Amino acid sequence: MPSLENTAEERKTPEKTAGAVSSAKEASASGPDKWKDTAAFEAAGKKKVSEERREVRYHSLDALYRKELADHICGKRFVIILIIVAAMTIASVYGALSGIKAGLQAAASGGSNEPFDTTFMFLKLYTTSGNSIPSYMSLIALIGPFIGLILGFDAINSEKNNGTLNRLVSQPIYRDSIIVGKFLASATLITVMVFATGIAVGAAGFLFSGIKPSGEEIMRVLIYLIYTVIYICFWLSMSMLFSVFTRHAATSALASIALWLFFAIFMSLLAGIIADAAYPVQTEYQQLYNAMKNANLNAGLNRVSPYYLYSEAASIIMNPVARAINAISYAQLVGAITGYLPLSQSMLLVWPHLVGLLALTFVAFEISYVGFMRQEIRSS
Amino acid sequence: MAEDMIIRTRDLTKAYGSKVAVNHLNLEIRKGEIFGLLGPNGAGKTTTILMLLGLTEPTLGTASIDGHDCTRDSLQVKRITGYLPDNVGFYADMTGRENLRFTARLNGVPENQIDSRIDSLLERVGMTQAADQKAGTYSKGMKQRMGIADVLMKDPEVIIMDEPTNGLDPEGMREFLQLIKQLSTEDGRTILVSSHQLYQIQQICDRVGIFVDGSLVAAGKIGELGRKIASEGHYVLEIEAEPCDDRFLGFIGSLEGVKDLSKEGDRFIITSSRDLRAGITHFLGMNNYTLLHMRQKGGDLDEIYRVYFEQAEKEEEKNAKSGKHGGRKKDA
Repeated sequence: MPSLENTAEERKTPEKTAGAVSSAKEASASGPDKWKDTAAFEAAGKKKVSEERREVRYHSLDALYRKELADHICGKRFVIILIIVAAMTIASVYGALSGIKAGLQAAASGGSNEPFDTTFMFLKLYTTSGNSIPSYMSLIALIGPFIGLILGFDAINSEKNNGTLNRLVSQPIYRDSIIVGKFLASATLITVMVFATGIAVGAAGFLFSGIKPSGEEIMRVLIYLIYTVIYICFWLSMSMLFSVFTRHAATSALASIALWLFFAIFMSLLAGIIADAAYPVQTEYQQLYNAMKNANLNAGLNRVSPYYLYSEAASIIMNPVARAINAISYAQLVGAITGYLPLSQSMLLVWPHLVGLLALTFVAFEISYVGFMRQEIRSS
Repeated sequence: MAEDMIIRTRDLTKAYGSKVAVNHLNLEIRKGEIFGLLGPNGAGKTTTILMLLGLTEPTLGTASIDGHDCTRDSLQVKRITGYLPDNVGFYADMTGRENLRFTARLNGVPENQIDSRIDSLLERVGMTQAADQKAGTYSKGMKQRMGIADVLMKDPEVIIMDEPTNGLDPEGMREFLQLIKQLSTEDGRTILVSSHQLYQIQQICDRVGIFVDGSLVAAGKIGELGRKIASEGHYVLEIEAEPCDDRFLGFIGSLEGVKDLSKEGDRFIITSSRDLRAGITHFLGMNNYTLLHMRQKGGDLDEIYRVYFEQAEKEEEKNAKSGKHGGRKKDA
């Protein structure tokens, strides 16, 4: 990744250096020799520089990464995150188990018309809700962003306000190591946490219900957890973006929470309103003519929201019965044999979601990166 | 003489929009000296320092430290330059020692040397007792001393301090200045101190530069600057006499060369273009006045500062002609 120092070095053309030296000679009568020496020194040292530079990047990034990680783990907010995550995991396992039990009982007593589908039971631990507790999947889609926000909302601005950033940038390190180190440390923590809770849900379910995972189910869960990590990292980079551009930690926290609420709640309402306005489906005739377009526009708009993107991808991965993400006409369904999608086909459906989530994460991070590199950092 | 200039800037300029923070600054600082950059708040001192460290890009001109260009080769510059910012901050949740260890790692100090290095630096700045305290509990003075230890961690050739004496109590100030002086005399480091507090800086600086509205209006040894003012015919006399009547006032007003006369309490402050002391004492003696106080000002930094500010202001007024710029006083 380019840094301020790096790009500045690349920009330095020989002509420029020569120009600087000669103009220096003209004007600074007191020390022309010194400038000549400087040019010679620079030329001689150039070979060594690239090697040294890699070394500097490595050890400074390493030091920053370790410090950030230690900060997170020793800090109070880590306790908050742990409590949230533990409560979420326990509640969802309990909910899933009671939901599965209720479903099985209903099927056994003949209360419901459809037989209880017992294939891919292990995945049901993640997707079943019960006792009015949402499933693990929907809980993490809603609460997960919070973890990212907590880890990132004051990444830059609090250091700026404490005067520590000032001290940091005057050390012989590349400035981008600071923001990259912060991002990597938080991303590491998110990865560990997501995999820990995800595996804990499976393990608890296995212990209490005896549901044994198949190989494909394990793969699906792992892929699902990778999506989750990327999803939460998007929120991390989003909150870091706010922390770069706002002065107070409170402002960036509020801004990122507002964005989270917007995507989680209001985006779908907004998409519905816009889709209905563009393709009204009030009368029967309108429905006949517009229903498909309405549904597609609605879904398309919704997919701007990372919340929707992630939820959609998760439901496809964790539910092999789901075979399409867009609206399907009855005509298309004629002659279709009901069955489960193999993992590869499910992946084919959600591949764009992965790319989309990654792109959103990178765009948010890139904006904060560039913003941070260009900022002038002075003590306030 | 020219060889041992370690910091030099050439036409260094920084403009924020239409506001020029630093205006064609040409500064040369010798190796091993303590240079005081003096000026009121907002004169462009911090901006200059940021440019020297490569933390902000100059609009025009160049700066170099020990031959390394500050903008293009800022990594090398930061390796040999320690920076103690105004309001230096430490990670509040970490102890002083941990903070120093972090700095050491960022500077690539080998792991097996870090601890001994920290111990010797802590001792040097007198922070050994407080080293294992959380940095959040440090007072301003402790923070500043810790800041010095932090800066010394990289064993810098040049140390740049931005308003280091802000908010220190007199005793802390005295110790702190002693420490700065030591860094120069014992270790041979070059030190650039920016400040608006004249008297403290006066005690330790080899040379000073006076900075007003982005321009360096004067630079040199304090004594030289004082003599320069005197040779330009600038005298300020404080005088108090008993009885303080109109006749005395009238006499002063009638003296040749008086430029300005003001009253501060019972004392008259007379600005003149020549030495008035002989004339006034003669008059007082002849007319049965009692001389209570008489002091010729000038030569001290306060006076130097004031004179250069006035000059800079006059020039500005000449340029601007709006006349709405008066009232700037020293903020010490």
